[in-house]
This record gives sequence, C-alpha cells and structure tokens, in this order.
Amino acid sequence: MLGLRKKDAGLLLLVTVLTVMAPVLLNPFPVDSAMAQFNAGYPDLMQRFVIFGIFAIGFNILFGLTGYLSFGHAAFLGVGSYATIWMMKLLTLNILPGIFMAIVFAALFAVMVGYISLRRSGIYFSILTLAFAQMSYALAYSVLTPITGGETGLQIKPTDTPLLANLEPGEIGRASLFGLEMSQSSIIRMGGWEFTLNVGYYVCAMAMILAFYMAIRIFRSPFGMMLRAVKSNQNRMYYTGLNARPYTLAAFVISGMYAGLAGGLMVAMDTQVGPERMFWTASGEVVLMTILGGAGTLIGPVLGAGMIKYMENIVSKINDQILHTWFAFLPDGLEDAVVAMIYPFVGKGWHLTLGLMFMAVVIFLPGGLLEGGDRIRNAFRRKRTGKEDTAKQRTPAE
Amino acid sequence: MSRFNLTRRGLIKTSAGAAAGLSLPTYLRAQDSGFTNAPTGDTVTLGFNVPQSGPYADEGADELRAFELAVEHLNGEGDGGMLQTFSSQALEGTGILGKRVEFVTGDTQTKSDAARASARSMIEKDGAIMVSGGSSSGVAVAVQALCQEAGIIFMAGLTHSNDTTGKDRKANGFRHFFNSYMSGAALAPILIDQYGADRKAYHLTADYNWGYTTEEAMVSSTEALGWETVNSVKTPLTQTDFSSYIAPVLNSGADVLVLNHYGGNMVNSLTNAVQFGLREAEANGKQFEIVVPLYSELMARGAGENIAGILGSQNWDWKLENQLGERYIGTNAFVQSFGEKYGFPPSQAAHTCYVQTLLYADAVARAGSFQPCAVVEALEGFEFDGLGNGPTLYRAEDHQCFKDVVVVRGKENPENEFDLVEIVEVTPTDQVTYEPDHPQFAGGSLGSCNNGA
Amino acid sequence: MDQVIVQILNGLDKGSAYALIALGLTLIFGTLGVVNFAHGALFMIGAFCAVTLQRILTLSSVTEDPTRTDFLGNPMKIETPYVESWFGEAIGAGIIDWSVPLAIFFAIPIMMLVGYLMEHGLIRHFYKRPHADQILVTFGLAIVLQEIVKYFYGANPIQTPAPDAFTGSFDFGVLLGFDPLTIMYPYWRLVYFAFAALVIGAVFAFLQFTTFGMVVRAGMADRETVGLLGIDIDKRFTLMFALAACVAGVAGVMYAPIVAPNYHMGMDFLVLSFVVVVVGGMGSLPGAVFAGFLLGILESFASMPFMVDAIPGINQIIIYLVAIIILLTRPRGLMGRKGVMEE
Repeated sequence: MLGLRKKDAGLLLLVTVLTVMAPVLLNPFPVDSAMAQFNAGYPDLMQRFVIFGIFAIGFNILFGLTGYLSFGHAAFLGVGSYATIWMMKLLTLNILPGIFMAIVFAALFAVMVGYISLRRSGIYFSILTLAFAQMSYALAYSVLTPITGGETGLQIKPTDTPLLANLEPGEIGRASLFGLEMSQSSIIRMGGWEFTLNVGYYVCAMAMILAFYMAIRIFRSPFGMMLRAVKSNQNRMYYTGLNARPYTLAAFVISGMYAGLAGGLMVAMDTQVGPERMFWTASGEVVLMTILGGAGTLIGPVLGAGMIKYMENIVSKINDQILHTWFAFLPDGLEDAVVAMIYPFVGKGWHLTLGLMFMAVVIFLPGGLLEGGDRIRNAFRRKRTGKEDTAKQRTPAE
Repeated sequence: MSRFNLTRRGLIKTSAGAAAGLSLPTYLRAQDSGFTNAPTGDTVTLGFNVPQSGPYADEGADELRAFELAVEHLNGEGDGGMLQTFSSQALEGTGILGKRVEFVTGDTQTKSDAARASARSMIEKDGAIMVSGGSSSGVAVAVQALCQEAGIIFMAGLTHSNDTTGKDRKANGFRHFFNSYMSGAALAPILIDQYGADRKAYHLTADYNWGYTTEEAMVSSTEALGWETVNSVKTPLTQTDFSSYIAPVLNSGADVLVLNHYGGNMVNSLTNAVQFGLREAEANGKQFEIVVPLYSELMARGAGENIAGILGSQNWDWKLENQLGERYIGTNAFVQSFGEKYGFPPSQAAHTCYVQTLLYADAVARAGSFQPCAVVEALEGFEFDGLGNGPTLYRAEDHQCFKDVVVVRGKENPENEFDLVEIVEVTPTDQVTYEPDHPQFAGGSLGSCNNGA
Repeated sequence: MDQVIVQILNGLDKGSAYALIALGLTLIFGTLGVVNFAHGALFMIGAFCAVTLQRILTLSSVTEDPTRTDFLGNPMKIETPYVESWFGEAIGAGIIDWSVPLAIFFAIPIMMLVGYLMEHGLIRHFYKRPHADQILVTFGLAIVLQEIVKYFYGANPIQTPAPDAFTGSFDFGVLLGFDPLTIMYPYWRLVYFAFAALVIGAVFAFLQFTTFGMVVRAGMADRETVGLLGIDIDKRFTLMFALAACVAGVAGVMYAPIVAPNYHMGMDFLVLSFVVVVVGGMGSLPGAVFAGFLLGILESFASMPFMVDAIPGINQIIIYLVAIIILLTRPRGLMGRKGVMEE
C-alpha cells in the first residue's frame, strides 16, 4: 500500500498519529498548574514544530543522503516566504497559490545556487552555499528594501487589496484556505486541561505528513540509493560511468523546495516576513537540528527541530518570578539559593542550556537524539531478555 | 499492509473528529467575552517582550526592570512611583479594575520572527491582554502588526523609526517613544546655534529602515536651516569596523559627521571616528564636529570617553526634573523608586516601558473595560502630565505621543558610568510636532481597532 | 589617490585580524582535521582578557564623600583604584593606561590553558568523528563560552582604550610625499598591523625552523607515516591547538581598542574567518594569510563611496562575491592542497 514497506508504513503511521494528537500530547499539564509552563500545545509553537520539521526533513534529504553540507538553506526558506507574502498581498488570501509559488521560487533559486555550488564538494561547497545565502540576506536587508521591506519586513496591510479577495476598505486580510481562516481554533476543555485545535496547525501537519511520506519514498527509491552512493564513494560512481552531478543537483533542488514549502507555510501561519530569516544563523540552525536529531535518519531531524524550538520558546520564558513560585515550598534562604542556581540556565540564559545540550548530545549520543531513543529501547529489551535468560537458567538449576 | 489500512481508517476518523470541532470557529479564548483573552479570574496578564539575548540584551534587561517596577506599583506595592504624580488619578494601586496584575516575559532576540513567536505564545498560551517592550523598530512593527491581527493592545517600547507610527501604524498599537523626525526637528536648531548655519554634513547611515528615516529627518531639518549635505553613505548593519567608511570623511570637504547609527553600530563608528582624529580635526577653517541623532545611555556607556562633547537627542533623561524643574514632574519619583530597587538610575528605554504600562493600565481604568477598542478610544487624544516628559498628547491620528525632546551632550568628565550626558536644551513640543500626513510618515493608515473576536 | 592609499591601509588592518584568526583556524584544520566553530569564541575570549585585566587593574577601594551626594541623595562613593594607592597616582594611572598591551602577557598563559583544556578535554575525542559531529560540539562550546562571558560582563560593548601614547594619528601621507594632513592614520591601527605581521612571521618561523614545527608540518602532510615513525604526534597536536588558541587570543587582545568587545564578537568573525580560510585554500597557511589580507583590502575598497554609488550594495556582498568567484575559478581556493576537507 502506497509503496511502503511494513516498517516504513509503521513509522508513517506513528508520525501521523503523533502530529494529529499533538495538541493533546503537548499539553500534558492542567492550565492552572505550575507545570503548565512546560505545555507546548499552543498553535504558534505546534506550527513551528511541524514547519521546522519540514525544513529539517528536506535538509536531511541533501545532507543525510549525499553528505553535502549546505550552509545556506535558510535562503530558500526566505525566498519562499517572500514569494508567498507577495502572492497574498497581490493575488489572493488563499494560502495554496502562495505556497505553490513559494515552492516554485525556492526551486528556481535552488537550481541556480545548486548548479554553481555543486561544482565543488566538501567544505568548498559549504562556503559557496553560505556565500549565496549571506548575499541574499544582506541585499534583502538593505538594497532590496522596495521588494523585501528591509529590516521591518513585509506584512499584510489594510491598504493591500488582493485581486481575488473581497475585503471591505480598511479590513486587514487574513490567511485562509478556501474561506477557513488559519487563525481559527476550537478549544476543548476537559477538567483542568485545555486543548487547542487550530486550523493552521492541521494544515501544516498535513503538509508535514505529506513531506514525510515523500521523504520515505525518496529514501527507499533507487534515486535515494544513488544519493547514498554519492556519499559513500563518489569516485567509484564516476568510474562506473555514472555522473553524480544530476543526482546531487536533484537532491539539492528537492531539499530547496522543502525549505520553500516551510517558508511558505511560515507566512501562511503568521503573515509576515523579515530578512533575518535568511541570516547564516538560521541556516546553521537547520544544520544543528538535523545533526542533533540524527542525520540520515528519517525522523531524527524532526525531533531535532522540535527540541531546538522547544528550548527557544518554552525555556526562554521561564523568568525568576516563575522559579520563585515553583520553589516557594522551600525555606527562604534555600529557595533563593536554588533559584540563583537554576536561573542562569533558563529565561535569558536559555542559550547556555542549548549549547550544553548540543555538547551533551554529541558527546553521549553520537547518532543524535534518535540514538538516545534506540539505546533506551535496547536497554529495556536487553533487560527483559536478560531477565528471561536468567529465569531460564535458574529453572533447570533448581 | 494491514497496519496501513488501519491508519487510513484511523486518519479518516480523526479528521472527522477534528472537522466537527472546527465547525464552531472561534479565535482563541475570545468566545466568552467578545474580545481576545478577556481576563476571567481575579488576575490580568500582561506580556513583556524584550530582547534577552543578542546585542541589546542589556537594554532589554533594563526594560524588564522597569516593567517589574510598574507592575509592583500597579498592584499597590512599593512607593507607587509615578502613580503619585500622574495627572490622571484613575489608578488606585489595586491592580487594574481590581484585578491583580501578573506578567509573562519573553525573548525577542531582536529578530522579528522570534519576537512574533514570543508574542504569539504570550497571546495564545498565557492569555496576555497587552504586549509591550522591544528595542528595535523592526521588532516593534512586526509585533504591532501581530497584535492588530490578534486583537490585543501593543504598547511599543524603544522604537525610533518613523515607520512605527508612520507607514506601519496600526489602530491597536501605541508609541510613547519619540521618533526620527522629532530628533531631527529638535536637534537642527541647536546644531545651528552651536556650530553655525554654514556647515557641510557627511552622513553615515545604518543600512536599514530606521537608518533611512533618521537620515531623511536629519538631512531635511538641517538643510532647511542652511546646512549642506556633502554625502551620505550607507553602512552594513553587520559592520563592526567602520574605518573604511570613516577614513574618507575628513577629505570630503565636510565639517560635520552625522552618525545615523544605533547600538553596537554607534559605539563602533563613534569609536572609530575618534580614533581617526575627527574630534581634533579642523575642516573649512572650523572645528570638526560629530553628531549622533539618537542617544542611548547604555550605548553611551559602551562608547566610553569617546562621547565627550557629542550632541544627540533623547526621549527622556533621569536628571530632567532636577535640572529643569517642575515641568518634568514624575521623573524624580520614578528615579527614586527605580534607584532604590536596583541601585542605579533608569535608562530612557526603562522609562518609556514603565510609562507605557501605566498609560495602558490607566486607559483601561478610565474606559472601565479591558476591551481593546475601549482602550484605544481612551488613549486616543489623551492629554496627560506628570510622567516625566511634561504635558503630553497621545495623538488620535497616528497613536504617537507628542512631548518635549531632550537634546543632550556627552559629558567631558563623567563622575560615574550612569551620568554620561548633560542636558543642553529641551525642544518644546510644538517645534517637533508635524502633520499626521507629513511626507516622512505618509503611506500608512491605522485601520480600525480590532477586538479579536 | 590618497583615498586609495587610506583604503589599502584599512584593508591591511582588517586583513590583519582576518589573517590572524584564519591562521589559527587553518592550523587546527590542517593538523587535526577538526572543524572548529569555537575559534571565533577564542578570539572573543582573548579580547575579554584585555577587558578583565583592565577590570583587575581598576579594582578600587571605595570611600564615601559626605560633602557630595549621588542621585538618590546618599553620600557619593569615591572609587580609587588600588594600583593608584599602591604605586602612587602617576604610576598607577600609567599601568591602567597600558592595560591592553600588558594584557598580552596576561592572555598568553590563559589562552594556552584554554586551548590545552579544549583539546584535551573535548576536541581530542572528536578526531575520528564525522565533521558534522565536530560542528555540533564546537558550536555548542562556542555558545557556552559566550554565554559565560555574557553572564559576567553583560551584552553591552565595553571600551578598552589603547594607551594614550597611541591615541593620535600618524601623518602617513608625508612619508609618501603628499601634503601634510591628507593621509592620517591612527597609531594603534599601525601597531595592530605591525603586531599581526610579527605574530604571523613568528608562527611561520616556528613551523619552518624548529624540529617541532617540522614534525607538525610532516603531520599535516601525512599523519599516519609520522605516527609509524614512532613520533607521538598527538602530544604535539595538543600544543599546536594551544598555539592556535593563543594566536586567536592575542589577536583579540590587540583588537579590543579598535572595536569595543562584546560577548558575541566571536560569532561575527566566525563566518568571515571560515570564508577566509576556504578562499585561501584548505590546509595552506600562506593561503589563509594571503586571503585574509586580500579580502580585507577588497572589503575596504568596496566601501568607498564611488563604488557603492556605482553598484548599490556592493559593500554588503563583496566578500561573498569574491569568495564565489575564486572558488569557481580555483577549485581548491588560492593555495589549497588536494584532498583536505573535500569529502
């Protein structure tokens, strides 16, 4: 069915269930409890999880399979974003044409950048992609201000009247899918819990499941095999008479299109673009997401993306007041001491925790977060089988 | 295979369930009250979105201190600060409309994406009814647009670009801080007075929106009074060493250098200009001068002794009331309670954030409702005094505050690191007031206020 | 013409900083094969050594002056640096004034130690790991280092002025027969250039004329064979790493008066120094130095007003544009060796 092996179908099923249930799974704490701080089940963050998941999945198709480390993928995300917002400003508030154009423009840009950059390999390739992305960023920030809005970026304004939308004068257009607004949510309250089902999130989730399915197909296809061959030994490929360039270029463009899709979705969910989306740190972030989760694995990059976005959005919001309420049960002096000890790692110090996590993961889990999962599973399995073994051994002994 | 069939069926089921849920469209928590995040319990949540990482982290920290102080005063703790001097006496120190004020904080990272993400989490997760803070115009414009969309009030923090209340103005957004135009209008007469009308200026401008509006304001207001602009050069935001931009200045025929830079850019370009001897140089038979249109205490600290003698403008200064008297009442009350709590005087960023919080709370109290449109109505055209800037008007047409602008000069021998500037003069309000459709602000419209629901 | 000469000077000055950082980065690439994303952080730590020494020297005894009051109405606190009370005001002020050059001696042992700890405690375990892992761990380390600095010093830039003797400008034009006052160049920047030349020369001499350097060069060329000859290459690599950290560190110390240090200055330089190294060619020390100066000079020229008028935005992109052109015409950068970091 759908051309998937049983194991892959299982994985897809798992991802589907997780994304569909995310609003519930990510809100495990009642809203009024102190732990509600750790709830991540609100629309903005859930959308970011899946959008950056898509971005990382796409990046992994290039990096995980071919080993080509692009340091400029954020440029494609940015190009996609600008394409979408212009479609929404000029043509229609329906997100589909915008997202389509995001993918098209990202693909065109990726063809250009890829065609030039793939003439080199290794770090020379990385620096070429970085150079293109940095140029895009610098120009978008300054000289291209008439097109990109410069530093303040682009938003939908009351003066924007898209051709196909009937807005009343002065009304600010909202992103929608055939009339269904992205910002609409319905809230389910159960006891102390609150779950927000958001239209935008489910649109993104559908896109991600589709993107994930495509990624599985690419990973398992002969084309994917070729890409792996590029990674393991490009010379041997040349000697067998195969030209690697068309394959790597295809992989580059596909991953650029994933980035464009992510960029388009970002605008569809939150109608604004700023140029810092293309800065090298944004490109670096997707590299880190992929390596953190586990490069070359299917689901690893999604986990990595989730982890980094969680730190950025949840840990950064824990301020000293919140810490004081958490540890209010301790005696005063001890409370202050505990808060003083934790405070450098949360709130404004969230970067420190992020850095420590990068180091810890790469030192202790060389294969990324996914390896951590494998190890836990193995540990359980070994324990269980181990117990069975000892039990078996014991029985005859008695 | 069989497993997969199960998926599809499951998927159909879940999507059907989701669709049923979606048939009752609502925007977040709006359904109960008619507007987004209406406070239900006995508390109300405000969102303070400031840079906590990146180059403006220290400025963000100062803003956060001011917010915490404002919340304390609103809840009737501490000495009450400016609540005693505020001309409107609607606030009684019992929270807002009897609800205790709570707050959440977030990190803008001085990036519009991160700032929107942080603001959205405040709105969607924490139920914030108002978002304030920020330390750059890019962030202010982005978050202001978000608040307009979501139907909550945005009280801008430090944002100086004309665009925030110009082409990007929004009905739900309000700015207390001054802007590029006001800097230009306030500085120009004093520059003429100090340096003479026969001057040739060379502009170095940060290559982004704020830089553009500041350059435009400075050029047009100085040219109107007789100055000539020799050249204006854009410098990349990411530049740290400005030597190659500074070096040509001395031989360009200019005798004044205007640095339309802020933050780290300003510290570095000013340091470089002093290194290249521009402070001691003579050109066209006159002493060479440097001007920094927008001063910031924190960055003045970063520039150290290089700021000595350099003119610039500020929204407010903590010495105002001591030096210029009663008109700026409120200043000392705020400095006192800030200084008592934190041990040093507040920056202008802290001041504007503190005042914005009080103004919001006061508007709610006067309107008798948290409903954004009611708050907007209460703030529009609101005239007040006693918040440190003298008599001030929140203009209805563009949601910009109009008040006196402080022109300052870097001290030659500062006594400590918080007392780096001296007040030269205060430019009265009517000299910095402009028409709402002034060319430098054209192209925007407020739209109508949005309650969200 | 005078403007061109000024921009050449500016370019040499910027190039000095690029070259010094790239030199260390290439040493680490070439000898250890490690992609060190924390190298910018080492530069930053060097600059903060200067800040720290300045802070230490200005540690003050606090006395209250009851005749004056501070802004809250309390008695004014008067701070007198201990060095001034110990050595007398003139000498004490002199020592404080010279804190940046003095900081070099303070920074060298610290950077050696930091480099040694980094290599021994962390990097060593990543020699055999994929480059991706090296990137992640060194990037994580860079974040941690800069957050620690931010915790103690804040995010604001901190002025660390050069000694008063170097604050003026030198009339460079007179040397070349121009009218007086046409080409003025700050003394400290000339000092920086001279210092960079000295350090680069010293590193090359060290590698060229000592046995240690010979072994390291051999190790860069063929690590395995050197190991087979019974030489403990790893130990030398540790020292090499410490040396590279030192070069970055002293570059940072001397740079502090030019651009006020802040905690993320390392990240600002990181990407640029990678571009420099790669344009110079992987594994080539002369290439890194040459590319550093080349890009510095080109960047300075591109920011001249007539260039920007002719091609808007050229000053923003020049370095990247040149990098692309060079990498497309010369596959391994200017002087790169075959087979280094090409997979």
